[in-house]
Amino acid sequence: MEYEFHWNIVLQKMPELLNGAFVTLHVSVLAMLLGVVIAVLLAIAKMNNSKPFCYVATVWVEIARNTPALFQIYMAYFGLGAFGIHLSPYVAVLSALVFINAGYLTETFRGGFQSIPSTQYSASKSLGMTSIQTYRYVILPQMLRRIYHPMTNQFVWSILMSSLGILVGMSELSGTTQRLQSLSFRTLEFFIVAAVMYFIITKLVLFGASLLSRRLFKGEI
Amino acid sequence: MISVQNVHKSFGDLEVLKGVSLDVPNGEVVSVIGGSGSGKSTLLYCINAIETINSGKILVNDIDVHSKDTNKDKLRQKLGMVFQQFNAFPHMTVLENAALAPRIVKKMSKDEAMEIAKKELKHVGLGDKFDVYPTRMSGGQQQRLAIARALAMKPDFMLLDEVTSALDPELVGEVLETLRLLAEEGMTMICVTHEMGFARDVSDRVAYFHQGVIAEIGEAKQVINDPQNELTQKFLSKVR
Amino acid sequence: MNSLFTPLSWDDTGYILTGVWNTITISVVAIVVGTLLGMIVGFARAESNKAVNVLFGSVLDILRSVPLIIQLILFSTFVGAIGHPMNPFLAGSIVLSLYTMAFMSEVFRGGFESVSKSMQTAARSLGMTYWQTVYHIRFPIGLRAVLPSWMGVALSVIKDSALVSVIGYMELLRTSEQLISRTQQPLEILIGVGIFYFIISYPLSHYGRYLERKMAI
Repeated sequence: MEYEFHWNIVLQKMPELLNGAFVTLHVSVLAMLLGVVIAVLLAIAKMNNSKPFCYVATVWVEIARNTPALFQIYMAYFGLGAFGIHLSPYVAVLSALVFINAGYLTETFRGGFQSIPSTQYSASKSLGMTSIQTYRYVILPQMLRRIYHPMTNQFVWSILMSSLGILVGMSELSGTTQRLQSLSFRTLEFFIVAAVMYFIITKLVLFGASLLSRRLFKGEI
Repeated sequence: MISVQNVHKSFGDLEVLKGVSLDVPNGEVVSVIGGSGSGKSTLLYCINAIETINSGKILVNDIDVHSKDTNKDKLRQKLGMVFQQFNAFPHMTVLENAALAPRIVKKMSKDEAMEIAKKELKHVGLGDKFDVYPTRMSGGQQQRLAIARALAMKPDFMLLDEVTSALDPELVGEVLETLRLLAEEGMTMICVTHEMGFARDVSDRVAYFHQGVIAEIGEAKQVINDPQNELTQKFLSKVR
Repeated sequence: MNSLFTPLSWDDTGYILTGVWNTITISVVAIVVGTLLGMIVGFARAESNKAVNVLFGSVLDILRSVPLIIQLILFSTFVGAIGHPMNPFLAGSIVLSLYTMAFMSEVFRGGFESVSKSMQTAARSLGMTYWQTVYHIRFPIGLRAVLPSWMGVALSVIKDSALVSVIGYMELLRTSEQLISRTQQPLEILIGVGIFYFIISYPLSHYGRYLERKMAI
């Protein structure tokens, strides 16, 4: 049996799809920024061994790493309802992605920090640098080089996983695609275009990240 | 002048310095030799206030290193230190490595800091490596960078902690040659070293460390060629 | 009030267990098939020239750069459109296996490439043939090296298998979603689901990290 493709309808709806793509980027960027901020705090808590905070951080990290993203989204969207908290699809997906990003990035940051040899501290100290100067000029720049690549991957992962918004009726790229195809039943056409758009977004992000890294890290490592 | 007065230092139950006294007047080069674990490196870390001490006193230019009132970051500017591991900052070029501390610690202008860094790099023979990243250099070159980086702070003293131990044998010479140059220029230095030839030829005095105390100290050629203490004799016969 | 909703009861256990069983089944299928295909493709990529590599690489790249959920919808719609509709299990298994293969092949390629040329030369110098070298040297060494990363991919496959629900496969999250709409008790059900995933994933991920540390030394 032959399938006949009809692309016109998809082209007509292109503005809406692009709008969906914008929401996808929007939610992923926000999830990344918030995730980074929380992960810094969690990583500090884990490394300081200050009991209650360290405990919270450990539980957070383990739940985020060991349960599916879809579970997190359902938890935010349906589960919190039990407490009378009703989140919009956007906020539900955003909070799930923030939760997971923070969990994974905590371990990334911790690993990056611990990978800097302690001799770099004594060398800086011996030159008369204060602790703040040591972190600012010696430790953090090296750490950033080591966590940059995993952070880029986490960002790409966020973009791809935000597609789960389709299951809670969010109007990001997948959700928009789902809504539009249901109006016209051109399922294949719409989802092929969505797939291409995801591919392009991912590649653009990776390309941008590698350009940026070349500017940021002129040096080795 | 560096004056170490009856210093004791323990790590937990392990006492590594058991009453060490040593005076190093300006312009003198003292080599410290001894078996591993004898506490000789710890002494350097205590002089630089990277380690605390349990009792005794260390004076650097008459400033009490371990007093609460001493600004340790300020003090360390007077004490250049080079370590066994090269400790170059891998994310910076050779020039940036040497110019960093003058710029941010001494608050020099960028040009001034670069000027000094270039001068010291040429001094140690790295005049053609300014824009190279340290990971691209040999161990010997990295160690000379570490020396230049310390010299760029215009220290009054240099503390050298087994600076050739991590080097391939063929690279040891270039680093020792740099140190000999510094000694000839009158830099005050304390060198913890395993290079007996260097200790004999370059330093004024040699101190033999044994189990946390200075077992023997004296004029360099005499200690190496004709040690008086039985322990020193035993040690030297083993390393030769 | 006699509502449309009926609370959770013991009778639902069987239904939930079906979901658990289906999640496990499709995960195991995808991991086994994905690992085998990934091993072959990974080895081929480690061995082949640049042109073949670029071709292979871009196909795998698409599998990794398009969301799994879109791949699932596209595949099941496509087979329907060309007149060969598949049941959700089969369609889900195929897509999830290929998706797994895309990640596994990178893992295995890295492992095979980590076996140094000098070790291979040493083996050849002992008179081993090419395939003997592959079988006795490169596979054992390469496979051992990739074990921690393999565990990482396998774990994410178990978690990603939840997405097969989108094409109607009755895995754990979909059964729980249906229970939620019947009982209106989302929290209890979801916490149960979360605990299930956690119990499977947590020990494995810790074992993986333990292996990684052990190998790093």
